[in-house]
Amino acid sequence: MEKEEVRFWPGNIVVAEAAVAAGCNFFAGYPITPSSEIAAHMALLLPRVGGHFIQMEDEIAAMGAIIGASLAGAKSLTATSGPGFSLKMENLGFGYLVEAPCVIINVMRGGPSTGLPTHPAQADVMQTRWGTHGDHPTIALTPAFHQEMYLETIRAFNLAEELRIPVIVLLDEVLGHLSEGLIPPKPGTFEIINRKITTVPPEEYYPHDPSFGDVPPFIPYFEGYRWHTTGLNHDKTGFPTTDPQLVTEDEKRLMRKVTCNRELIDKVEYFMAEDAEIGIFSFGSTARAAMVAVKKARAKGIKAGLMRALTLWPFPNRQVLEFAKNLKTLIVAEFNLGQMVYEVERSVKMELPVKRVNKVGGVPIAPAEILARIEEVA
Amino acid sequence: MSFDYTPYLRMEKLPHMWCPGCGIGIVVKSMIRAFAEVNWDPKDIAVISGIGCTSRAPGYLNMNTLHTTHGRAISFATGIKMHRPDKHVVVIAGDGDLCAIGGNHLIHAARRNIDLTVIVNNNNIYGMTGGQYSPTTPLGAKAATAPYGNLEPSFDLVNLVIGAGGTFVARGQVGNGRQLTTFFQKGFEHKGFSFIDVVSNCHTQYGRRNKMADPMNMVKWISDRAKPMKKYQELGDEDKDRFFPVGVFLDDTSHPEYTDTYQKLIDKLAKSPVAAGGGHDAF
Repeated sequence: MEKEEVRFWPGNIVVAEAAVAAGCNFFAGYPITPSSEIAAHMALLLPRVGGHFIQMEDEIAAMGAIIGASLAGAKSLTATSGPGFSLKMENLGFGYLVEAPCVIINVMRGGPSTGLPTHPAQADVMQTRWGTHGDHPTIALTPAFHQEMYLETIRAFNLAEELRIPVIVLLDEVLGHLSEGLIPPKPGTFEIINRKITTVPPEEYYPHDPSFGDVPPFIPYFEGYRWHTTGLNHDKTGFPTTDPQLVTEDEKRLMRKVTCNRELIDKVEYFMAEDAEIGIFSFGSTARAAMVAVKKARAKGIKAGLMRALTLWPFPNRQVLEFAKNLKTLIVAEFNLGQMVYEVERSVKMELPVKRVNKVGGVPIAPAEILARIEEVA
Repeated sequence: MSFDYTPYLRMEKLPHMWCPGCGIGIVVKSMIRAFAEVNWDPKDIAVISGIGCTSRAPGYLNMNTLHTTHGRAISFATGIKMHRPDKHVVVIAGDGDLCAIGGNHLIHAARRNIDLTVIVNNNNIYGMTGGQYSPTTPLGAKAATAPYGNLEPSFDLVNLVIGAGGTFVARGQVGNGRQLTTFFQKGFEHKGFSFIDVVSNCHTQYGRRNKMADPMNMVKWISDRAKPMKKYQELGDEDKDRFFPVGVFLDDTSHPEYTDTYQKLIDKLAKSPVAAGGGHDAF
């Protein structure tokens, strides 16, 4: 690769550049640390590609605007952090129910409440899964490196479009503000997926029609199809229903969009894991510390290995169980007081000890802290 | 000559779910007449709503219709209008939905002067949830959550939207559908943020608690209190409290419309490409 193609960008700039490369043409947001540079960069880029940026009056409105734009045919994005993510929850649920493709980036910071606005955390991971009320599917991606953040942002748009679903990208303050080298792939060298457009005439079109599979074909507003969308439980036509059977069928189909497409959605990476006896499960920026810890443990003759999730939700239960098979101990390293560890424990079914490395307070987990736990259990 | 409403309605969804005599029917009928007056093709119209009785209206309209979350209709409408500035985007809402939980979106859409038409069926009460007082319930009126009379002063929505920067602002009432059609038509034709306050009747939740349980009597009571703006201004202070002004209060086309302004920016920038990273390369 030629030297001048290497970029040295903060993570927030990486994801904004990647979003536009993925075809994003609408951004609505609200200022919030530590995600604000994403909005600022989208404000710079979008009018130059004929897209639209708008700074809304609040976080709730930003989430509403990206769903509205999506239903009108846009590829839309918003970016926020903890408090803003909390505010977006109701409209996020609306997005799941009406099957509006869109991407939400949450640059995680310490919490709860206003918390530590300028410091990182990974404490919104359970909120990401269960934050909005009611049963719903969730897709959340947790890249750890800048090159990966670029590619995973594109993948987030692709999954949103292919499955007609809001997709969440979880970064944290470290990833958002850290500058790191990357080589943005040239346009045309990566796949861009657009939502499937219906081929039936207007009188035969239903926005939530299960007869084409679990992902109903889409048609933007203003194309002569005049369809109805509601946040009430609805039947295939998009109109409200309280029929228990129709509601059950529709909600189960929404879940199947994720549960039956795991090969498309799942993504984990392994590091020195082949012969590992002590395994570490981690994700996002903490996984970077875990990689260093694994290398140091190996240098000391301890057979440590890492599994890191790039797709955190749906949780890679099967992969974790497989990873755990030859381990003596599994350590879950996450920058919170213990959230994903519950999913790991469920996955391994108590067949081996599961230990934790947890932390709050705004200072990231250091490799030495993970190494100390490895040495303790070795 | 009878007017044909059927091209604008989803006939199979009728009868509607509103109480007999509800003012929303008159609002929807007047909207359809106004759509015909401006000759908009239903396929080019999006009607957006939030939550409540009024927000069920889009379900009966044979257009692109979106029934969103409580208070948030204008934010969804803003996303739609930004992405498709060439299309017509209309919001219909109740008073609780629009100016309590959704009040922030109302004032900011008005401030931007984005080309939306917002119609409020202002019946001074939360109807669907059981008659709780809203930001437009008059002082002293009874409601489910104001059993001793409402203790809060109310919003004047016309003044609120004018103050926020809306550029077309009118008020009508359900006793005069013909006038409503004219105001809606003017609102639709206006390039910029247009707002029409419709004083309406909820005899079921408001009227029943305030000695106006009969819809015809309540509509008559509303009609009798409506005064054209000029006549209203001539009233003494005491009478001003008993009546309310109707008419077009503001019709100002001198301000730039938001999506127009944005398009000008797009056109200007099309000639000047930016480097990847926008100057963020540290080295």
